[in-house]
Amino acid sequence: MTEPLLKPRKKNPVERTRLATRPPGARSRTALGLTRAAAEGRFELQVCADCGSVQYPPREVCGYCLSEHLAWKPVDNRGELIALSTLRHSNDLYFRERLPWRVGTVKMTAGPVVVAHIHEDCAAPEGTGVPVRLTLKLDRSGQAVLHALPAKDTPNMNDAAQMRESTCDPKFRRVLVTDGKSAMGLATARAMLDAGAATIFLGDPSSWKTVAAFDKLAADPRVQVVELDVTDTDSVDRVAASIGGKVEILVNTASHLRDGGILGRKDVILARDAMEVNVLGLMRLAQAFGPGMCFRAADGSNHAVAWVNVLSIHALAALPSRGAWSASMAAALSASQTLRAELRGAGVRVVNVFPGPIEEDWEQLTPPPKLAPAAVAKAIVKGLQDGIEDLYVGDIAEEIRERLRDNHKAVERELGQ
Amino acid sequence: MSTPVLTQFLNELLNGRLKMVDLTQTLSPEFPTIVLPPEFGQAWPFRIEEISRYDERGPAWYWNNFSMSEHTGTHFDAPAHWISGKDLPDNTVDSMPVENFIAAACVIDVSKEAAENADFLLTIDYVKAWEEKHGRIPERSWVLLRTDWSKRATPKEYLNMAEDGAHSPGPDAEVVPWLIRERNVHGFGTESVGTDAGQAHHLNPPYPCHYFMHGNNRYGLQCLTNLDQLPPQGALIFAAPLKIRNGSGSPLRVLALTPSA
Amino acid sequence: MPVTVPYARYSSRSAHWWLGRALGELIRGAGLAKTDVDGVCVSSFTLGPDTAVGLMQHLGMSPRWLDHIPMGGASGVVALRRAARAVQAGDAEVIACIAGDTNQVDSFRNTVSQFSRFAQDAVYPYGAGGPNASFALLTDYYMRHYGATREDFGKLCVAQRDNALNNPHALMKKPLTLQQYMDARPITDPIHLFDCVMPCAGAEGYLVMTEDRARALQLPFVRIRSTIERHNAFPDDPIQFRGGWAMDKDALYAHAGTAPEDIDFLETYDDYPVINMMQFEDLGFCAKGEASAFVRQHRFTIDGDFPFNTSGGQLSVGQAGAAGGYLGLVQALRQLTGTAAATQVAKARLGMVSGFGMINYDRGLCSGAAILERGASA
Repeated sequence: MTEPLLKPRKKNPVERTRLATRPPGARSRTALGLTRAAAEGRFELQVCADCGSVQYPPREVCGYCLSEHLAWKPVDNRGELIALSTLRHSNDLYFRERLPWRVGTVKMTAGPVVVAHIHEDCAAPEGTGVPVRLTLKLDRSGQAVLHALPAKDTPNMNDAAQMRESTCDPKFRRVLVTDGKSAMGLATARAMLDAGAATIFLGDPSSWKTVAAFDKLAADPRVQVVELDVTDTDSVDRVAASIGGKVEILVNTASHLRDGGILGRKDVILARDAMEVNVLGLMRLAQAFGPGMCFRAADGSNHAVAWVNVLSIHALAALPSRGAWSASMAAALSASQTLRAELRGAGVRVVNVFPGPIEEDWEQLTPPPKLAPAAVAKAIVKGLQDGIEDLYVGDIAEEIRERLRDNHKAVERELGQ
Repeated sequence: MSTPVLTQFLNELLNGRLKMVDLTQTLSPEFPTIVLPPEFGQAWPFRIEEISRYDERGPAWYWNNFSMSEHTGTHFDAPAHWISGKDLPDNTVDSMPVENFIAAACVIDVSKEAAENADFLLTIDYVKAWEEKHGRIPERSWVLLRTDWSKRATPKEYLNMAEDGAHSPGPDAEVVPWLIRERNVHGFGTESVGTDAGQAHHLNPPYPCHYFMHGNNRYGLQCLTNLDQLPPQGALIFAAPLKIRNGSGSPLRVLALTPSA
Repeated sequence: MPVTVPYARYSSRSAHWWLGRALGELIRGAGLAKTDVDGVCVSSFTLGPDTAVGLMQHLGMSPRWLDHIPMGGASGVVALRRAARAVQAGDAEVIACIAGDTNQVDSFRNTVSQFSRFAQDAVYPYGAGGPNASFALLTDYYMRHYGATREDFGKLCVAQRDNALNNPHALMKKPLTLQQYMDARPITDPIHLFDCVMPCAGAEGYLVMTEDRARALQLPFVRIRSTIERHNAFPDDPIQFRGGWAMDKDALYAHAGTAPEDIDFLETYDDYPVINMMQFEDLGFCAKGEASAFVRQHRFTIDGDFPFNTSGGQLSVGQAGAAGGYLGLVQALRQLTGTAAATQVAKARLGMVSGFGMINYDRGLCSGAAILERGASA
């Protein structure tokens, strides 16, 4: 049975910090279909359109009928553990540091045989195999790997060391919420505390403004207020110099949202403000906090693990009535992709959150459905616990995502009506 | 060839009989900027980014790019800044007569009252009482309101925002037209972010200092500091805004000259 | 005479040096001119960026038949099949079959990382950094399903070590007891230290020609009685517990007109002890699942009742990359020409060589076997 995660001890300051290593990250292009599924928390394998066979490992033509019509589809994730081994030695730096490590052979109900990480709560097979569930998760190289879990959830299942290597659990971690004064920021901070975060660094971009809910949250002993204006390089650098070595999850809630397309105005001031906060703010934060997070990406059980950008589904498809803001969302998405590549070496995961409209002041006139900030925050926490990288929240976001996959031109026309 | 007056002036300055006081706040990103209702356009706070600092971006030099609004930090308001002054002649920083950059200053100290009441308003009676003690306000003088607001240590205290807006001292709606009509003042200056009081939107007319001063082609100075180093009368102010095309105002260095003792 | 270029744990030389030496000794030992060798078959993992083609220019050879066998431990048997058919068909008269690899400190890591697409996508991300995990899983399954014990595996390893002590080429020079085997540190449960081969540098080689040509050159020779080969056998087995030999062993014996009890010695491909057990079963020496009992009932030393891996096998000699696929075949050639020196099995007349290799994803894909007969001794 998995032991519950213990609160980490304080770090010995004169000991060398263990640096991040990564599991093997090379994959064929076709195998990246697994990564796409894992990034969104889905379980998909290739299925032959002609004979229906399920394929694994990923391949170019069906291993049964040689058809080239292979499509990625959700499949039954159940299987039987038929062989089990525990690594006590590895030539691979990453695994050497994490021994012993269980791997096994699982025969899937859907057909293929897979090698998978085997959760410590899965019993060893005896005469017959042991039922397990498979799940696809991103490992520290940002690539998909299969984990076999026991047939039913067990207590503290997600605390297993092997699981924590593929997830970004806030438990016992210190979280920076860059704008802790907005509704979204406050909800994020609360959700992180509920998920067991050790400390919330609550960013205050407008110390001159009194917000009662902020003051109330700031009184919590686990919360530490930091004055942080993401449009001010000095401010960002100052905060990073002070707490940069302690941030294990960074959630960028700093956001500038205003109505207004492009033609309706005679100036670019709102657009510049949106870019300044939503894009350049992200870059400043990355420059200031990124290196420290990378340095601590393998430092203890509460090592630095995730960078979360709260974007919008409209980063993927502009909403013309809010065109300037949409442009900044798209720019922020692009920047986050670069950031993802730059942080990947250390195994720090960049998580992009794509909610639909959130119930807050500047969305007042948007018709429902709108997401309560607490609901988005809860989804962020669950996404981190599950190790998701691209998180779509709410019906509108899911719907637009599906419509984009189907016909992006239709989305463009329909949003532009 | 310099005239004797200028020579004497320079000598007095250099030998310390004249003192130069810097009434300017340092421009830094932390310095608060006025915050308007969020639906309106906002003034950019001061932001600065290094271009290079004797490094690979520029090996032998150090320099910065900065951005801000015309009304950030210690700044000058030109008459064009307000609707009441929009059609007056020479009403922008680049068109106003350069002689207007130099004027005498009367410093009215209401720091005690302001400490007790953040919404303290300067009235005609208060000014008259001040004149009893310190003499009549000369023509073409700046009237500077010393509140010690510049000593407030944090942006929160400086902007002093409550649920109903900012609370900071300023002139009431009667004293401003009186100063213009009866004393022909040059302009009004304060230590807070606005020449008007924080709650001036409730006065009639709203923002009377902006309304009347700029409506009469007079000027404003904001975010001043070190007013406590000036005598009530006798200081000379140098306040030359940047020559911005059609500028409504600009950040500037405000310098005061005053006898030393 | 087959050739072994003595193995070394590490070598700063390239594979070309090892292969070139093997070819040189083969030619000199046979009293041939270099130009007499008109066919070449090469197996190597570390020859890159060259293949057999680049090697020909490197070695100044102009063969009219050239093959490159990338089948790992099955390379020896498969090269024999290819070369024999070529000589039979008249495509070449004298074929040199050589296998060799260098071993530098990062050779293993580099070889493994380029090994196969399925391994890259579906095995290495799971931690072993090599084939150990896949074989551990096979071993786990086999032990649980058939009741094999570590002592059974140990008995084979100890016997192979005893044999190796008679082989001056073996890199392992110290005796091994069953207790030492059992106490060895775990690598990947249930595999322990002495279940794993030691990668090294080395080369092996032999010549293939017609019997008439061998007599004319007055060379000791061995006859091929039968051979088999199979790739990706039993793909629907959820895990490998049998190899391709099970599909074709009947043909192997029928073609040679012999039976398992006629075999005087067996050289298997022994990358892990469990694979030896599978070969005992799949080559017909016992029934499937009975290898443990078989092991307990026999003695596998050179002088035992079932001489097995008489040079010591890879587990005691070392695995010189692709040359590991030739080790058993070269040893069989020595046994059957009476040139096995201190490892000679008395009266060896008929021998079997088995090859296995290329663990591509979760199982070894290549298998092969040959029954060889004494022709003319030295």
